[in-house]
Amino acid sequence: MSDATTWRAWLLTDAPTSRRHARLASFYKGWLSLRGNTMAMVGLGILVGLLLMALFAPYLAPHDWKAQDLGNRLQPLGSPGHVLGTDSLGRDILSRLIYGSRITLYIVTLVALIAPVAGLLVGTIAGYVGGWADVVLMRITDIFLAFPRLVLALAFVAALGAGIENAVLAISLTAWPPYARMARAETLTIRASDYISAIRLQGAGPIRIITRHIWPLCISSLIVRVTLDMAGIILAAAGLGFLGLGAQPPSPEWGAMISEGRRFILDHWWVATVPGLAIFTVSLAFNLLGDGLRDVLDPKDGGIE
Amino acid sequence: MTLLDVQNLWVKFPTRQGIFDAVRGVSFTLGKERLGIVGESGSGKSMTGRAILRLIRPPGIVEADYIRLEGTNLLDLTEKQMRAVRGQRISMVMQDPKFSLNPVMRIGDQIMEAYLLHNRAGRADARKKSLEMLEAVSIRDAERVMRAYPHEMSGGMGQRIMIAMMLIPDPKILIADEPTSALDVSVQRQVLDIMDALVKERGMGLIFISHDLNLVAEFCDRVLIMYAGRIVEVCDADRLHDAKHPYTRGLLNSLPRLDHPRDRLEVLQRDPAWSDAPSVGTQE
Amino acid sequence: MALSENQTERRPRAPLAPWLKSILVTLSSIAVTMLGLLLITFIIGRVMPIDPVLSIAGERASKEVYEQVYYELGLDKPVIVQFFYYLSDVVRGDFGMSLLNARPVSEDIRRVFPATLELATLGVIMGIVLGVPLGVVAAVRRGSWIDQLARVVALVGYSMPIFWLGLMGLLVFYGILGWVGGPGRLGIFFEDIVPTRTGMILLDSALAGEWAVFRDAFSHIVLPASLLGYYSLAYISRMTRSFMLEQMSAEYVTTARVKGMSERAVIWGHAFRNIRVQLITVIALSYANLLEGSVLTEIIFSWPGIGSYITTALLSADMNAVLGGTVVVGLIFICLNIFSDLLYRVFDPRAK
Repeated sequence: MSDATTWRAWLLTDAPTSRRHARLASFYKGWLSLRGNTMAMVGLGILVGLLLMALFAPYLAPHDWKAQDLGNRLQPLGSPGHVLGTDSLGRDILSRLIYGSRITLYIVTLVALIAPVAGLLVGTIAGYVGGWADVVLMRITDIFLAFPRLVLALAFVAALGAGIENAVLAISLTAWPPYARMARAETLTIRASDYISAIRLQGAGPIRIITRHIWPLCISSLIVRVTLDMAGIILAAAGLGFLGLGAQPPSPEWGAMISEGRRFILDHWWVATVPGLAIFTVSLAFNLLGDGLRDVLDPKDGGIE
Repeated sequence: MTLLDVQNLWVKFPTRQGIFDAVRGVSFTLGKERLGIVGESGSGKSMTGRAILRLIRPPGIVEADYIRLEGTNLLDLTEKQMRAVRGQRISMVMQDPKFSLNPVMRIGDQIMEAYLLHNRAGRADARKKSLEMLEAVSIRDAERVMRAYPHEMSGGMGQRIMIAMMLIPDPKILIADEPTSALDVSVQRQVLDIMDALVKERGMGLIFISHDLNLVAEFCDRVLIMYAGRIVEVCDADRLHDAKHPYTRGLLNSLPRLDHPRDRLEVLQRDPAWSDAPSVGTQE
Repeated sequence: MALSENQTERRPRAPLAPWLKSILVTLSSIAVTMLGLLLITFIIGRVMPIDPVLSIAGERASKEVYEQVYYELGLDKPVIVQFFYYLSDVVRGDFGMSLLNARPVSEDIRRVFPATLELATLGVIMGIVLGVPLGVVAAVRRGSWIDQLARVVALVGYSMPIFWLGLMGLLVFYGILGWVGGPGRLGIFFEDIVPTRTGMILLDSALAGEWAVFRDAFSHIVLPASLLGYYSLAYISRMTRSFMLEQMSAEYVTTARVKGMSERAVIWGHAFRNIRVQLITVIALSYANLLEGSVLTEIIFSWPGIGSYITTALLSADMNAVLGGTVVVGLIFICLNIFSDLLYRVFDPRAK
């Protein structure tokens, strides 16, 4: 008990004793204010649930997700053994939903690794180097921004071929430009600040300045942006899956499941409804969490944009 | 003659840590005079000015025994009646004309709007009045200024326009909230002189809010010193140097003076007791 | 930054008038963006795992035919030359032949585009009419129930897969309640009654005075248009709210109140006037997004617009059609951007 209170005091100090101490303290304070935001905690809870669901899918799923049972097809909600019913091939929808969470997380993680990193690289280089590099890189960014995202993704998938990895690539290719713009803007402000001049006078080279001083400062706004973009990425991936350009059957990708259920929408509505609700829940969770994170990390204005 | 009589004014803001009192039990009167309110930022001086006009937006709360304007208690008025008071009877000039003028409206439209709100008149009439008013604040090519947008004006011009706009409905009281703080030192004096001349000529009361003790001492008749939401001292401007309260003394001693050169200026030492003491009443 | 410093150093040449310079800069950046757009579609076309010769000449073409087509397409030339061929084709409005129906792609696009335009326009109108007032009220009454409602509307809009919501709408309003027409633009009995003039059925039927057709067309468009309208409403209301919040805390709003203006006049006469420019940009963007968002909506509602066209072409590997459609949508995007930029210059006195 007393141990816990001293930890708390140590974390809430106004006078940190080391850099690590300061970092932990600001992290803890951020966490405290995030914890005060009920909606953000609901979002976080859902995402943790999703993660657990994906991790323990084999234990949670009541059936094999690809086991067909044609005699038992299109069972309604709540039928014995199939809580969420079965699809047109008699596969258990709940099990497919549970395994589908793995695909969703896979897509989201990959895009979240590729797009912001690419954007950060382009943006900081453009901002730091300036001159022609800036003009050329930003022009390329503008060109990508000028494209409608989904249509560009469609064209890329057309070029690369349908499939989940190509869908990830296509979404990343359309998602990086806003990060680049943001990173460039931040770099320009940071580059002009006095402490960067001080570091430069101490002999730090551009690479050290970018990686050790500029990137860490871009991170927090980047995280907020990524979290808020996650919902869009999930929706885009589901859209590609729905069009048959993302994950291929028999994969239990949620968008593809909707596409499959679409044919029976009027008579067997749950087949398409249930995976849609899953997509909605997860992207809602990302939006709620992103909103809360923005309030903590980047409190310029309220509400989602 | 008393124009404005404020008794026990409180301005409160609910925050997560509880209620924050920005102004705590302030009382004063204003006649046809120039009353200075001095204090550091956060002392509640601007809030006092805005509370008189009932401009504090919810969740902020304004409480007072009364705020009497020529006998009527402003706190009893409906919002609609209050709108007739604003501009027409009490007006306010704010700190920075860069922000206090609407950037996408022509200056002429903004001035005419102030006139038309309180007078049954045609646009031609309003236009004539506006031109006169601009000339009264020593703007030479008033015609051009009427057509211009605020960003095309310098700070000093902007503030004179602001004064013209606020005086056009012919109010009885002008609240000037740091009217020269955002201006170049070279034009501060000029703007003050214009404002002073107009206030005198029209027999108005002026509440001059500032953080600049010297300026207030020089420019006003009477000075209220505010600290932490309270009035700690009231004195006549020409006798400011006899002020007794340690805060006022501290402020005075922290300023360099030509007639008393010193090697080191004093640093203001704050006493927590100041913020707990009751406001000084000014009922004479 | 470094660039502008350089420009002030190089002064000896006759300086251009600032407005002329800004127009030249804008024009050249538009040109570069368009060029880049075409370059990307060109590269996509090259990378596509489809042999353009085989898809024209047929799988079992003889060697002579194959080579003839190969030369006709200019595939023997260096890539850069091919790109210029492609450019000059596009500039002339030639996107090649559709491999599916052997008609010029440009003709196809001209045929399907009005359907998308009609849908997106109706959607964005709904978004503006409902979204702008909602955003303004939410900002002015921050924290009130209407602000909460606006927040929920936006959150749901940002989180809901559009194609799924469309399916649900179809299920409820068509399948169960029967309030609206089903998929497609017209019921089968109403097809081919009105002559095509604008390609937009609501307009065409109104022009022809065929009100029965108009009613049927309306019952078909209302659901997909509301769907798109909802998404643009979510976006527009959210942006309006954040713009208004910023303006309402500005000092000139206090000035207006000090003058004695009513709150309504302060909001609409002063604060709203200041967000018009930003709002135009948002609406243009939202419109562009709807043209794109209609891809999935069109599939759900079997709406014969450009979204369906691109998707169908994609699934049947009709390269020219896909690229043609992509280029057209991209160009519209750029044009909307230019348009909002122009309006910005007109409406904001500070931009001159």
